[in-house]
Amino acid sequence: MRNADRRVVLFWQAVVGLLVLGLWQGLVSLKLLDPFFVSRPNDIVRRIGSWMSAGTLWGHLAITLEESVLGLVAGAALGIGSGFALARSPLLARVLDPYIRMLNAIPRVVLAPLFLLWFGLGIWSKVALAVTLVFFVMFFNTYQGVRDASQVLIDNVRMLGATERQLVRHVLVPSALTWIFSSLHTSLGFAVVGAVVGEYLGSTRGLGYVIAQAEGTFDTTGVFAGMTVLAVVVLIIGAGVTRLERWLLRWK
Amino acid sequence: MIELQLDRVSRDFDLPGGGTYRVLDDISVDVQAGAFVAIVGPSGCGKSTLLNVAAGLLPPTAGHVQSGGTPLAGLNRRATYLFQQDALLPWKNVRDNVALGLALAGVPRAGATARAADWLDRVGLTGFAAHYPGQLSGGMRKRVAMAQHWIIDRSLMLMDEPFSALDVHTRQRMETELLALWEGVDSSAAAAAAAAGARKTVLFVTHDLEEAIALADEVIVLSAGPASRIVARHPVTLDRPRDVMELRTLPAFIDLYRAVWSVLRAEVRKSQQNAQGRHA
Repeated sequence: MRNADRRVVLFWQAVVGLLVLGLWQGLVSLKLLDPFFVSRPNDIVRRIGSWMSAGTLWGHLAITLEESVLGLVAGAALGIGSGFALARSPLLARVLDPYIRMLNAIPRVVLAPLFLLWFGLGIWSKVALAVTLVFFVMFFNTYQGVRDASQVLIDNVRMLGATERQLVRHVLVPSALTWIFSSLHTSLGFAVVGAVVGEYLGSTRGLGYVIAQAEGTFDTTGVFAGMTVLAVVVLIIGAGVTRLERWLLRWK
Repeated sequence: MIELQLDRVSRDFDLPGGGTYRVLDDISVDVQAGAFVAIVGPSGCGKSTLLNVAAGLLPPTAGHVQSGGTPLAGLNRRATYLFQQDALLPWKNVRDNVALGLALAGVPRAGATARAADWLDRVGLTGFAAHYPGQLSGGMRKRVAMAQHWIIDRSLMLMDEPFSALDVHTRQRMETELLALWEGVDSSAAAAAAAAGARKTVLFVTHDLEEAIALADEVIVLSAGPASRIVARHPVTLDRPRDVMELRTLPAFIDLYRAVWSVLRAEVRKSQQNAQGRHA
């Protein structure tokens, strides 16, 4: 994108954000909306500020991020590994196909209590929940990416003398990378969702816990403040992933 | 010495609704080491299948393939294969694409890079080493592909309509460059090697008869599919080194073109009638 275009887009993005916030604040000030139900932007900002200055935010944020990152890494490793294995072995893929579909059809929220039972109230039950969400996204994309690799490229590299392992390294992995990266953004969101839902349903720390506590006391400002922090953090990490992706796919 | 021998080779493909479809029928060819052989035929006659069998990418349904005097099992390790489609790895730059075969064989990086640079000079792409294939024109990508295959120095080069996607002028330039590489007129070392009988064997598939005659020592005509057979073999006795640009107006070239075209034309007609019959 040209720089001028980027500035125009940024400008309008700011306009949209300010419009929504201004409308929200205005409707509450005009008493058309009740702040008890929807809070108001300046209260939310003040609340986040007080969390930051009191230092309570960082501990909760760190826990949630730790769970998300562990879930993302483990889920991605398992998903990419299985995707490759099944894409290279059509027989195995056909045998496991119905089971993978069945597992993927389970709503993850119903697993949360089980994971609490198995892995306790600490971070591992949340990591497990994040893994179940990330795994399938990564698995399906890797599988598709490997199957999508061009037959001519494969034949050409084999004629040039590639072994099976070299074929994977020089053709299949780079070919699947495009798919894997396009799913990394989705996976990142899912990892955070897994961690927060896990915390929400049973924990003593983390942003999900903060939101659950606030809901328990009808503190809508606290709920919105927690959601805002989550959204901003995911946006920042997503920007990092985009930069990494641009570097790895620089040949495009 | 015979570089490649196809002995009564047939190849069938399974049809989606069951049954089989015969593409090649009872093909026998001996290709002498150092010869440049062109294969022409109407589209859909199994020219590419023939190359795939020679490359070891497809096993024959019946018959035998010998490469360098030994029966072929699996991929043909004496051959490289220049495909009709782009086959450069889009995520590797030009230098790494050219050096790929060396890297796969475990040649140390410094040596592989130096040899790749030498080949880029030879195909006229000095200064494009850091470009990615997506940044090059079609003709430049073909040059990179030629260097990629020539650098690993196999004795047999299989080429499947490598220049068919290029415009006429670029195609003639590429033909000239291919002949220069093969005839070894571009460097004294290669010329000496050619004199010693180390010239590569080329099996070149094309649907362009002019191209076939301009490049080859022998033109083989395949019949219209299905079940293609060899219908004619014409030796090309034009002098070498040849000037591809000038060749086409020589009386000897025109006579040969007429002779081969009279055979090929009948097969092209048949293939068109078959196609119409299928559509009706």
